[in-house]
Amino acid sequence: MVKPIFATATNFEPEKQGLSMKTRTLRMNMLKGLGLSTAVALMVACGGGEGTDQAAGTNTAPEAAAPAAPNADLITADQVKFAETIDQGKVAKGKEIYEVKCQACHTLGSNRVVGPGWKGILDQRKPEWIMNMILHTDAMLETDPEAQAMLEECLVRMPNQNLTKDEALDVLEFMRTL
Amino acid sequence: MKRTTVITALPLLLAAGIALPLAQGCKPANTKSAVTGDAASKVYVPPGKYDEFYNFVSGGFNGQMSVYGLPSGRMLRNIPVFSVDPEKGWGYSEETKPMLMTTHGFIPWDDSHHVEPSMTNGVADGQWMFINGNNTPRIALIDLTTFRTKTIIEIPNSAGNHSSPFTTPNSEYVVAGTRFSLPMGGDAQRDVPINTYKENFKGNVTFIHPDRETGKMSIAFQITAPGVDFDLSHSGKGPSDGWFFFSCYNTEQAYELLEVNASQRDKDFIMAVNWKKAEQYAKEGKGKMVPGKHFMNHYSDETHMATSEVVEQVLQLDHKELKDLLYFMPCPKSPHGCDVDPTGQYIVGSGKLAALIPVFSFDKMIKAIEAKDFEGEFDGIPVLKYESVLHGEVKKPGLGPLHTEFDNNGFAYSSMFVSSEIVKWNVQTLEVVDRVPTYYSIGHLCVPGGDGAKPWGKYVIAYNKITKDRYLPTGPELSQSAQLFSIDGPKMELLLDYPTIGEPHYAQAIPAELIKDKSVKLFKIEDNKHPYVSKGEKETKVVRDGNKVHIYMTCIRSHFAPDNIEGVKMGDEVYFHVTNLEQDWDVPHGFAVKGAANAELLIMPGETQTLKWVPTSVGVKPFYCTDFCSALHQEMQGYIRVSPAGSNIPLTWNTKSADAGL
Repeated sequence: MVKPIFATATNFEPEKQGLSMKTRTLRMNMLKGLGLSTAVALMVACGGGEGTDQAAGTNTAPEAAAPAAPNADLITADQVKFAETIDQGKVAKGKEIYEVKCQACHTLGSNRVVGPGWKGILDQRKPEWIMNMILHTDAMLETDPEAQAMLEECLVRMPNQNLTKDEALDVLEFMRTL
Repeated sequence: MKRTTVITALPLLLAAGIALPLAQGCKPANTKSAVTGDAASKVYVPPGKYDEFYNFVSGGFNGQMSVYGLPSGRMLRNIPVFSVDPEKGWGYSEETKPMLMTTHGFIPWDDSHHVEPSMTNGVADGQWMFINGNNTPRIALIDLTTFRTKTIIEIPNSAGNHSSPFTTPNSEYVVAGTRFSLPMGGDAQRDVPINTYKENFKGNVTFIHPDRETGKMSIAFQITAPGVDFDLSHSGKGPSDGWFFFSCYNTEQAYELLEVNASQRDKDFIMAVNWKKAEQYAKEGKGKMVPGKHFMNHYSDETHMATSEVVEQVLQLDHKELKDLLYFMPCPKSPHGCDVDPTGQYIVGSGKLAALIPVFSFDKMIKAIEAKDFEGEFDGIPVLKYESVLHGEVKKPGLGPLHTEFDNNGFAYSSMFVSSEIVKWNVQTLEVVDRVPTYYSIGHLCVPGGDGAKPWGKYVIAYNKITKDRYLPTGPELSQSAQLFSIDGPKMELLLDYPTIGEPHYAQAIPAELIKDKSVKLFKIEDNKHPYVSKGEKETKVVRDGNKVHIYMTCIRSHFAPDNIEGVKMGDEVYFHVTNLEQDWDVPHGFAVKGAANAELLIMPGETQTLKWVPTSVGVKPFYCTDFCSALHQEMQGYIRVSPAGSNIPLTWNTKSADAGL
């Protein structure tokens, strides 16, 4: 299902993206983790894959039609401001989302199961970094050195669980209690 | 079909009285296909680019529908419909088994011939595809947001559901006509000697209503018809909206050696059905409920499972009592294809054994009906005079005309089985303007939108019945061969051969824009209403109910929870209810357990699917994920322990508690 990605990203040059050989090997192993958007993002980043005047197909992959930089939509620090008091309503919602979509990989302790445990997570990670890992998972795994370091450790690409921004903020509020 | 058509080709020629030397054109040309110019660039879709059209192709005797991209000919998907498919667990998972239920029980195979789109104003709208099951008469509705079979309805009082599933211009109805006429009624009426065909055998046509909201289907009414064979059909449109046309053969009413005995008469019929009138009669209570037990099976994307409804009776309209529903137009020599041009004015009947193609005029037909310009009656149905309803004849089009598709410029494209070619002709002037050989023995053909009111044109695809030497040989059994031709210029131009699976009959092609952006990427776990869903690992558990053991299991890259289960005993029936917690596109997980007598599960993100497993021996049995999901896919595995019957091992399971080791 995901095989065409490597045919697509013909000009993939990991070194240009500052990735180590080890990371590149990892990538090649993790066929399933690579989404289509990832492949196109890589293609665009490397300036390859265009120039298809002879092509018969007129449809263009949507990602290629709008080749936004992968991190164009990343959330910045000023977009995530905590209120002084913790909103218990949001905490409850966040916990509910955690139990359905996150708990399979993240404990509430400090041990790693698939991904890292969440105890004290906000002491280690900035809120906007967490928000971006939740909402822009693929972009972070392509561009963010800390996310890439986590991937090297965990070996499973974090799935994008398709949370809305508000849902991600609820999860973040829940993290404040941990 | 492939085998029988090869065998019958020669007798057809002889029966038609055509001397072999004349049939120069029948001899398939050699494998050198006259590809010229820049054909390659016209079908080349570079990596990462999309095709322009989706092409939905019937699978014939594989009972499935496959999806190709055009112009590349790349196969995108194979959708199980009437046939089980272990790859997807279709017909093997507990959720999908009801889809294949019929009054004959669980039927895991059919022969699916014709693909028809849901339409709005006579144009494909991209909501559904319909496909027929011939052998155990059924019609399926495929949802084009999921590319899955959503509904299958069984057609009662029918045998050989061939003239199906063509639809009215707004898909108010999908039709089914019985190919084989049958004795109908109670057991006493049905248990009769075969040689009482003329007396006891009846035909009928059925109008099925698909609900636009739910995708469920129900039989609106069934119209009785004489005991002949109904072959193909198409709806009127534009001026002829409200009418449906069915080709009929075997008006000889033969019941043995039809090859000879059903080829006696010079003309058979196109049956015109006034369905608007039939609809009105049905509403006015002029029909009667008759026995017609059938199944309606529907798959819900909310509960992620199928349910079957059983309906006992159908509303039948009697053509002998309601005299203005059916009319016969004489049509030469065992007509097969019955096609209506984009304007809705012309009806093309393709007599398999005829040396011409008659084109009927809808206006003339209405005038003839109003003037009662009949040459007689057949089983109570007025037979219109051939000359009175004829627009004209395409002379010497080729040998063995089968089907006709249309472009938006007033041209028709007819497939010629015996002379193995596509013939292009002008619908108004009836002149043949071009012909091109196909390799070999074309059956159906398809122009994008070619049976609708506004064809998109651009290509015609030949679905050939014989493959022979077109590809590298693969033993006695070969794939089928499709051929893509450009119809943009005055001459048809061969661009591409591509193999197809099963045995394609009819196909549809519609622009990708109508479908691609509506494609479902995943199912929201929050909306999952499966009774055995586990929304998160917290909800996983194992429950015993007598000898049934229900395992509520989740999967996510890359583990199952629970992955160690004990306390199952010989004699138990184990149900693995596996929920995929992933919420990202294209991350299915598979599930297989050793010794499972059915198949794997393939579970899409947010979905729950169930595998029934009856252990056959004591021991510890492995299960694992079958769909490569991550670098740790090979670690995605678990064990289930099976103890002897009567042992007292308690039911236990682990949850890799996320909160363990705090």
